[in-house]
Amino acid sequence: MAGVDVELRIKRFNPDTDARPHWQTFQLQADPTDRVLDTLHAVKWEQDGTLSFRRSCAHGVCGSDAMVINGANALACVELVRDAVGAGAGGGTITVEPIRGLPVIKDLVVDMEPFFAQYRSVIPHLVNTDPVGDRERLQSPEERARYDDTTKCILCAACTTSCPIYWGNSGYVGPAAIVNAHRFIFDSRDAAAEERLDILNQRSGVWRCRTAFNCSEACPRGIKVTEAIQEVKRAIVYDRV
Amino acid sequence: MAGMGVQHHTFDAVIVGAGGAGLRAAIETAGKCRTAVITKLYPTRSHTGAAQGGMCAALANVEEDSWEWHLFDTIKGGDYLVDQPAAEIMCREAIDAVIELEHFGLPFNRTPAGRIDQRRFGGHTRNHGEAPVRRACYSADRTGHMILQTLYQQCVARDVVFFNEYQVLDMALVDGRVGAVIAYELATGNLHVFHTKAALFATGGFGKMFKVSSNAHTLTGDGPGLLYRRGIPMQDMEFFQFHPTGIYKLGILLSEAARGEGGILRNAEGERFMERYAPTVKDLAPRDMVSRAIQTEILDGRGVGPDHDAVHLDLTHLPPEQIDEKLPDITEFVRTYLGIEPKTAPVPIQPTAHYAMGGIPTNIDAEVVVDTAGTVVPGLYAAGECACVSVHGANRLGTNSLLDIVVFGRRGGRAMVDFVRGVDRPEVPAGVEDDVRARIDAIVGGAGGEKVARVRADLQAAMTEKAFVYRTEESLAAMGSVLGELRERYARVVIDDKGPTFNYDLTEALELGYLIDLAEALVVSARARTESRGAHFRDDHPLRDDANWMRHSLVSRGRDGTVELTYKPVVAGDYLPMERKY
Repeated sequence: MAGVDVELRIKRFNPDTDARPHWQTFQLQADPTDRVLDTLHAVKWEQDGTLSFRRSCAHGVCGSDAMVINGANALACVELVRDAVGAGAGGGTITVEPIRGLPVIKDLVVDMEPFFAQYRSVIPHLVNTDPVGDRERLQSPEERARYDDTTKCILCAACTTSCPIYWGNSGYVGPAAIVNAHRFIFDSRDAAAEERLDILNQRSGVWRCRTAFNCSEACPRGIKVTEAIQEVKRAIVYDRV
Repeated sequence: MAGMGVQHHTFDAVIVGAGGAGLRAAIETAGKCRTAVITKLYPTRSHTGAAQGGMCAALANVEEDSWEWHLFDTIKGGDYLVDQPAAEIMCREAIDAVIELEHFGLPFNRTPAGRIDQRRFGGHTRNHGEAPVRRACYSADRTGHMILQTLYQQCVARDVVFFNEYQVLDMALVDGRVGAVIAYELATGNLHVFHTKAALFATGGFGKMFKVSSNAHTLTGDGPGLLYRRGIPMQDMEFFQFHPTGIYKLGILLSEAARGEGGILRNAEGERFMERYAPTVKDLAPRDMVSRAIQTEILDGRGVGPDHDAVHLDLTHLPPEQIDEKLPDITEFVRTYLGIEPKTAPVPIQPTAHYAMGGIPTNIDAEVVVDTAGTVVPGLYAAGECACVSVHGANRLGTNSLLDIVVFGRRGGRAMVDFVRGVDRPEVPAGVEDDVRARIDAIVGGAGGEKVARVRADLQAAMTEKAFVYRTEESLAAMGSVLGELRERYARVVIDDKGPTFNYDLTEALELGYLIDLAEALVVSARARTESRGAHFRDDHPLRDDANWMRHSLVSRGRDGTVELTYKPVVAGDYLPMERKY
């Protein structure tokens, strides 16, 4: 396959030497079907080993490499070069920045701790103290389908860090935490929906959402995030799940 | 460089790795002994989350089944190198382990009656090989993701203490028992000494020694690698599984569930070639046999694609709604990375390095055993892919890895709780971190001009060429020479990043050292085994040789670099070896 010329513009920051972030540009050849992650590796492995970014599975299931690519949140291992440089182009520029709303530590690595603290704040686990015996609890396929979409979350933070409300107010729990609350609120086996709805009814909760839909567009797993948030809002207002 | 300060921590138990095995062990120790879970990633990034198809247990929810049949399939699938009492524990406890995951909240797919649904998987059969059986419990094609998420959720519920993005680089023995684990903190470049009574290693696989692999970039064998350097032998390293259906060139896994749901493998002539290799179960033969069949088709000129080096996985005859409901993720991978719509066009696939059957030798309580007599190292445990119990023998059956991590993670956690209650904490001498510091200083100060990425790429290419599905004395001897050269080059690696903050340039260099050591262990073990069994196939010795080779290998490496092999017997049981036909 014919290679394309890629100009990779990366927002760099090294806390040990830099007062503020700066842009650095790298030139390289890539296949149109390469992942943007492959171009970052090409830079790191062949041109500048000081470039830092997280990655692991390289096919969109571990959630390590969410970043801002050409202005929009995406996983670097799911976004392909041909899409990032534009269809039919012989080459082009790809800009890469760290996700927004979380403190940058180095280059594309941000501090994930606030994000996971918000996740933990919504009771993100099944609560059910009824005796269960030695067989599975029953759940119909329809009941199971009710929360299927939100079980897909990989906690990559692409949704939360695409949210303009979150950028301005890091006290907002953010879309990912609400998605993970939704996953249990609408699970027929769970008994703590009320407590989670109380948590999300506070100032830090769902009412911060202004339905910008950035989160749904950003989700690499295709979760209908805004819809999930709306369902939680309705559950609070109408007192039913 | 700044960083490299030393901080000390004191725990009763330390778990290294936060995939399925590590998290399941942590659930067991939570509230019972002070436990630290150390991971070089975040727990939810672990590669358990990439497992797709299912987890087998003879629940008999959709058709007749029994754990004895599961046991038979596991032993036969492993080409009789399985320790039968260990496999019996796994297959019996599978039932309870799946039910427990459901109680933890795992969203399994359901039958119309609301029970956990089950589907077919390679090598899993009814009544000792009669026909495929529905045994795999699943959650669409993201079962591993749901297991990882659910176990992490349960750890959150139990306030488990995590040290995220800390990379464990060494373990210190004190008077022959575990005393400390030494980790490098990625965010600061500082070293941390975790004083502990016990340590359980659950660091996963090391498939990144191969070029075409389903493994994550981070699967570099850190746990087995550092223990190997501390004199712990590695068991059955020659047995590495090549999964038949990796996405062409990329190696990304396309689950066996695709064939469990009815997918068919076809060669360039459109022929369903598995009918010739496994007339009874066809496309649902065990992975070693299917991978060899694919390689044979390719070598005989019946491959597809511009270079005729792939075959097709055909899903086009399946109802589109079945694909959307049961196989949504893997079909999306195909669309994303190949630009192919699998509902209407066949998918080019090729075998991909997937799973290490071998690893750190353990007994059924996840205690690490270091010799042929079963001697344990007090306080040292291992579970999951990095361990070798051995329940998978020479070839693991699909779904049995998810089972392994849950069953033996749980057993390891329990055993560790019992152990730490009965012992005091060893007095760890000062300076146990000195070896790690010296290793890091050597790499940071290196000036030899070799790039880590080039040495690693050469390792991966050579291993894929010389130690893959088909091996010979010639190819393995050549690989041995290559490894000698790579080891010399590794001593001259130089990195660009000398700083203390998220220095992945440094950690990639450290990881490469483990990959080279473990590749050598694999090649030495494979070269010695002059037979073909399970995933280890020798063109020059194509038959299984029970008289000479019904035994586990143990490979160890001395400080002077000499590699030695010893062998221990397979633990027999009710099932006698027979010819493996499907």
